[in-house]
Amino acid sequence: MIISVASGKGGTGKTLVATSLAISLRDIDRVQLLDCDVEEPNDHVFLKPEITGSEAVSMVVPSVDESNCTYCGKCAQVCAFNAIAVLGNHVLTFPQLCHGCGACSYLCPEEVISEENRETGVVEWGHSDGVDFVQGKLTVGEAMSPPVIRKVKEYANNDDTTVIIDVPPGTSCPVVEAVKGSDFCLLVTEPTPFGLNDLTLAVDTMRELGIPCGVVLNRAGVGDSQVEEYCEKENIPILLTIPLDTEIARLYSRGIPLVEGFPQWKESFLELFDKVKALIDERNRNTER
Amino acid sequence: MKEIVILSGKGGTGKTTIVGSFAALAKEKVLADCDVDAADLHLLLSPSEIQKSEFWSGQVAHIDEDRCTECGLCQEICRFDAIKDFQVDPVSCEGCGFCSHICPVEAITMKENMSGYWFISDTEYGPLVHARLGIAQENSGKLVAAVRQQAREVANERNLDYIISDGPPGIGCPVISSLSGVSLALLVTEPTLSGIHDLERVLGVCRHFGVPALVCINKYDLNEENTRQIEINCLSQGVEIAGKIPFDNVVTQSIVKGIPVVEYSDGGVTQEIEKMWCTLSVMLEDDSKG
Repeated sequence: MIISVASGKGGTGKTLVATSLAISLRDIDRVQLLDCDVEEPNDHVFLKPEITGSEAVSMVVPSVDESNCTYCGKCAQVCAFNAIAVLGNHVLTFPQLCHGCGACSYLCPEEVISEENRETGVVEWGHSDGVDFVQGKLTVGEAMSPPVIRKVKEYANNDDTTVIIDVPPGTSCPVVEAVKGSDFCLLVTEPTPFGLNDLTLAVDTMRELGIPCGVVLNRAGVGDSQVEEYCEKENIPILLTIPLDTEIARLYSRGIPLVEGFPQWKESFLELFDKVKALIDERNRNTER
Repeated sequence: MKEIVILSGKGGTGKTTIVGSFAALAKEKVLADCDVDAADLHLLLSPSEIQKSEFWSGQVAHIDEDRCTECGLCQEICRFDAIKDFQVDPVSCEGCGFCSHICPVEAITMKENMSGYWFISDTEYGPLVHARLGIAQENSGKLVAAVRQQAREVANERNLDYIISDGPPGIGCPVISSLSGVSLALLVTEPTLSGIHDLERVLGVCRHFGVPALVCINKYDLNEENTRQIEINCLSQGVEIAGKIPFDNVVTQSIVKGIPVVEYSDGGVTQEIEKMWCTLSVMLEDDSKG
């Protein structure tokens, strides 16, 4: 089972929810946490995992053997991203623009374009006291996070394990890449107009992708009641409410998972898990029918 | 013309709160919301839209079923797993067009993709350029570039000195797109271990692209030990701290009211943001003289 933890707006508490859920589950189940927020991965701050292995993430980019190139221009013509250009008797490549589709090398009539690897990030794995841990890190200065996210997800062990995915904020390609294939998505938000606006975008994204979702309302008690009204109207369950509490914020600031600082929260996270599981089961029954 | 962008690495540290306040404090400027994934600045500025334009970017493969012989070559060569059972999954399609070039019966065409909207609006604080990326769309970096381009045009037309941009979280494509070529980046962080970690990475991006950066520590009194750590880290890298904003619920209250916090309260948060804008505007002035 794969449960994603996402939010349109950043800083609403994805990392708090993902890490506390993983830690709560380790006593009852095999659990794996994938940190797919590869631009700013933070789960490691809370889990302090022992990293036991790593693998570079590479994109393939073209390499042109100009000694046999006829400068016909086919490669530049087929590249949708302007990542290769032919100027007179020169071929210029722009690796940062390349999406690694392979069209230029495949379609080169002289077969002078080969592919080489360009490192854009790293995937690391290890464990932290009963939680299997995998994270991706995009190299600083690189633009494209989806290939790093894709690589992290290759390490998902979905057989007899609950996989929890910490998703980057937003609603565009990195989010899609991270949540794709999830059985359920928890959307973490806060009860403010910003939280509501970004929640509606996140809900629309999950609906577009056909992934069932529920809400975790964080920092409840400040702000207004519009998020609750929206959830009621849209029939989206609020599965867990975490109050605004300076003590919780202080724990977070020190990198201590909520369920370790306040073990009484473990029960709430296990209840959250049971609710998610029930919703997934219900959906599976409905699709079978 | 000077462009300043507010970034953070970590989300939810207070970028929009600060940009909304700068909107109220700065004169002669255009506001740009470059967080096109989850734009919120408009919620503080009550904009009235004066122009709305479609944003066309990228392409999606389309298979003509009548022509397709189901040879499977397209599925074999697609590296984005975007074609299954001779159907294109538009969400996975990267728009590279490889399939359209190799299809032996020319059954695949690439169709332009409308991936969002950008808007020019008037607000009581000046013009605002903002955007809305379509649901689950790609190319947020290009939409950011479009927003900045429009903001520059508005600034030229109306003879305005500054562009103040609300940036996206993270360090990837839309961040790089909102950062390239700006005069100054203000990085908003918070005194949490996550905030410290994320600040280092976004500082790295600024350095990589040669953009001078200043740091603002929001909610600094939440953990003063971490705040000191951030100050030490910045000092050691020669990065100036532009301001330290205390934690105060007036920020959330002002968001609920839908107005910039500096217009809602005159307490410590407002004073600190005012001081910070002074620091930044002096720096930008000096920069233009130098």
